[in-house]
Amino acid sequence: MKIVVLMKDVPDLVDELEVEDGVLALEDMTFVPSEWDDQALEEALLIKEEEGADVFVAAIDTGDVDTMLYTALAKGADQAVKIVGDFSRTLTNRERAKLFADFLRTASADLVLTGVQAIDDLDGQIAGLVAGALGVVHASVVRDVHTADGQVQFIQEYSGGRMAEFSAKTPALLGVQAARKPPRYVTIAKVRQVQKSGEITEVEGNLTETPTLAVRRVYQPVAQGHAEMWGDDVDEVAENIIRLLEDKKLLRG
Amino acid sequence: MQMGKIIVLAEFAEGALADATRELLTRARDIASAAGHTVTVVAFGDQARDGVREVDADEAVIISGPTVATYHPETYERAIGEVLSDDTALVMVSNTTMGMDLGASLAARQNLPMVAYCTDLVLEDGTLVATSQVYGGKLNAEVEVPLTGAVVTVIPGSWPSDPSRRGTPAIREQAAPSPEALELRRVIEAESGQDVDITKADILVSVGRGIEDPDNLELADELAEAIGGVVSCSRPVVDAGWLPRSRQVGKSGKTVKPKVYLALGISGAPEHLQGMKDAELIIAVNNDERAPIFDVAHFGATADILDLMPALAEKLTGRAG
Ligand SMILES: Cc1cc2nc3c(=O)[nH]c(=O)nc-3n(C[C@H](O)[C@H](O)[C@H](O)COP(=O)(O)OP(=O)(O)OC[C@H]3O[C@@H](n4cnc5c(N)ncnc54)[C@H](O)[C@@H]3O)c2cc1C
Ligand SMILES: Nc1ncnc2c1ncn2[C@@H]1O[C@H](COP(=O)(O)O)[C@@H](O)[C@H]1O
Repeated sequence: MKIVVLMKDVPDLVDELEVEDGVLALEDMTFVPSEWDDQALEEALLIKEEEGADVFVAAIDTGDVDTMLYTALAKGADQAVKIVGDFSRTLTNRERAKLFADFLRTASADLVLTGVQAIDDLDGQIAGLVAGALGVVHASVVRDVHTADGQVQFIQEYSGGRMAEFSAKTPALLGVQAARKPPRYVTIAKVRQVQKSGEITEVEGNLTETPTLAVRRVYQPVAQGHAEMWGDDVDEVAENIIRLLEDKKLLRG
Repeated sequence: MQMGKIIVLAEFAEGALADATRELLTRARDIASAAGHTVTVVAFGDQARDGVREVDADEAVIISGPTVATYHPETYERAIGEVLSDDTALVMVSNTTMGMDLGASLAARQNLPMVAYCTDLVLEDGTLVATSQVYGGKLNAEVEVPLTGAVVTVIPGSWPSDPSRRGTPAIREQAAPSPEALELRRVIEAESGQDVDITKADILVSVGRGIEDPDNLELADELAEAIGGVVSCSRPVVDAGWLPRSRQVGKSGKTVKPKVYLALGISGAPEHLQGMKDAELIIAVNNDERAPIFDVAHFGATADILDLMPALAEKLTGRAG
C-alpha cells in the first residue's frame, strides 16, 4: 500500500495576524504545519507501523517547506516530495489542489491522506478539491483509517457523535479529522540528522488556470462583546469566581 | 441576467429538516427574489419527501433509494452532479460533514468557484458578497460570489431562519445511484448512557489543550468536585485519549447550555464555540489574552490554569468546611 500525505504550512495562530490594506501580511509570519495535516501524517505512519505501507509526504514549495518535510522523514515517512515552481505564499487552495492533483496522477498512490481542513481554506478544503479534480473516491471528516486486502476502512463522523463505517476501493482520498493517537514528537536534533542524510525529491509543478475569487478585503472581526478581564493573579481570580458563583447562588452551603 | 437556480442541499436531523437547512432556505429565497432566480432544494432518502413538502422552494428534487438513507460521499455527490446544470446560479450547503466533504469536490469537479466557512451572504448592488470566517475565527474575508455557478458552504447558525415562510415546491424524484467504490458498512449511533451526561450539568469545568498532560486532569476532577460540577473538554483532549468522547463539547461533540461554563485552557476555536456559546455564564481562563474565547466569555482571566485549578479548589473546599 502506497500512501501519499498532502501537507501545507499555515501561519501560526499563536502570533498576531497583521492586516495591511485589507490583505493579510504573510511576510513576517511564522509558519507551522497545518494541525490536521499533521494528524493525517500521524495516521499514515500508524498504518505503516501496524499494517505495513510506504508513506510519501508531498508539499508545495511556497517558501520554507523543507523543515516540514524533513520532520516528516524524521518521524518515519519513507520519502518526501517537494513540488517546485515559481510559487508564492499567496497560492490559493485551488492552485494548490491543481498542483497536488497533477502530481498524484503520476504518483500511483493507493491512498491519499490530508487534513480535514486548514485555517486558511477560504476557497475550499484541499481534500475535496484534489478528490474532485482527480475524480477519485473520497471522504472527509474521517478517523480510524485501516487497510486490509487492498481496501481502506475508516470512520466518517456525522454530527452529534453519530458516525459511519465505510470501506473503499483504492485509490481513495481521505480528509483526516484526527489520528488515532496524538501526533508523535521528534527532536530538532533528529530532524537535523535526517536533513544531513535524507533527501527531498523535487517534482516540477505547472500552474494552470483555476477558478479565482475576488476577495474584497480581510479584516479582524469586531467581537460583539468581550469578557470583563480579571488579570492573572491566581488568588484574586479564584476569589472573583467564588464571589460570582455565590451571587448567582450556585454554590453549595 | 438569465434566470438561474439556487440549489440548497438539505440535511435532516432526527427525521426533521435540519435547522441549518432552514437557514439556507431562508437566505436562498432572499437572494433568489432580489436577483431573479428560483430556489431548488435537493433532499435525500425516504424521509425527504415529507420533510420538504411545504418548504419555501420552487422545486424539490428527492433523491430516493436505500443508498442515500444516510450521508454517503459517493452516492450523494453523483446524485447532486445530475441535478446541477448550466443554469445553476449557486449551490448552498451547510458546513457540516456533508458540506466539508462535498462542497469542495463538487466545486472542483464542475470547475466552479467556491467560498468556504460563510457566515453571511448579502446582495450588494447586484453582487453577492460572502463573509467567510477563516484563521480559526481570527479573520473574516469578504468575497464576491459570482451568481453564474458557485458553491458556498455556510456555518450553521450564521443567521436566523424565517419559520413563517412556506411553499409548495414542485416535486421531482430522481433515483439514487448505486455506490461503486465506497461501501457503507454500518451506521454507529451516538453512544449514550455509559458516562455522565454533560448536557445536564449546571456547572461544567471544561478543559482544553492547555491542560498539557493527562496527569493534570486530576486537578480538573478535584475542582469539579469542589465546585459541584462535571468535567467536560475540547476535542484535542478527546483525540489524545485523555477523556472519553462523551465529554466533548462542540461541533462534533455535544452542545451544552449550563448555568456556568468554566473554559480552562481552551482557545475558543469556532468549532468549540458552536457547542457552548449559549451557556448562561461563561468564565474563561487562558494565559493568552488574545484568545478568541474571551470574545464570548462574560468574565476572563489570564492566569495559568495549572495554578488556578488547585487554588480555586482549595478555596472552595475551605469555604464549605
Ligand atoms: C470538523 C471539525 C470539527 C471539530 N469539532 C470540535 C468540537 O466538537 N469541539 C472542539 O473543542 N473542537 C473541535 N474541533 C477542533 C477545533 O478546530 C480546535 O482545534 C479545538 O477546539 C482546539 O482545542 P483547544 O482550545 O483545547 O486547543 P488550543 O487551540 O491549542 O488552545 C489551548 C489554549 O490553552 C491556552 N493555554 C495553554 N496553557 C495554558 C495554561 N497553563 N494556562 C492557561 N491557558 C493555557 C493557550 O493559550 C491556548 O489558547 C473541530 C475541528 C474540525 C475541523
Ligand atoms: N500546551 C500545549 N499546547 C498545544 N499543544 C499541546 C500542549 N501540550 C500538549 N500538546 C499537544 O498534545 C499532544 C500530546 O502531547 P504530550 O503527550 O504532552 O506530548 C501533542 O500533539 C502535543 O503537541
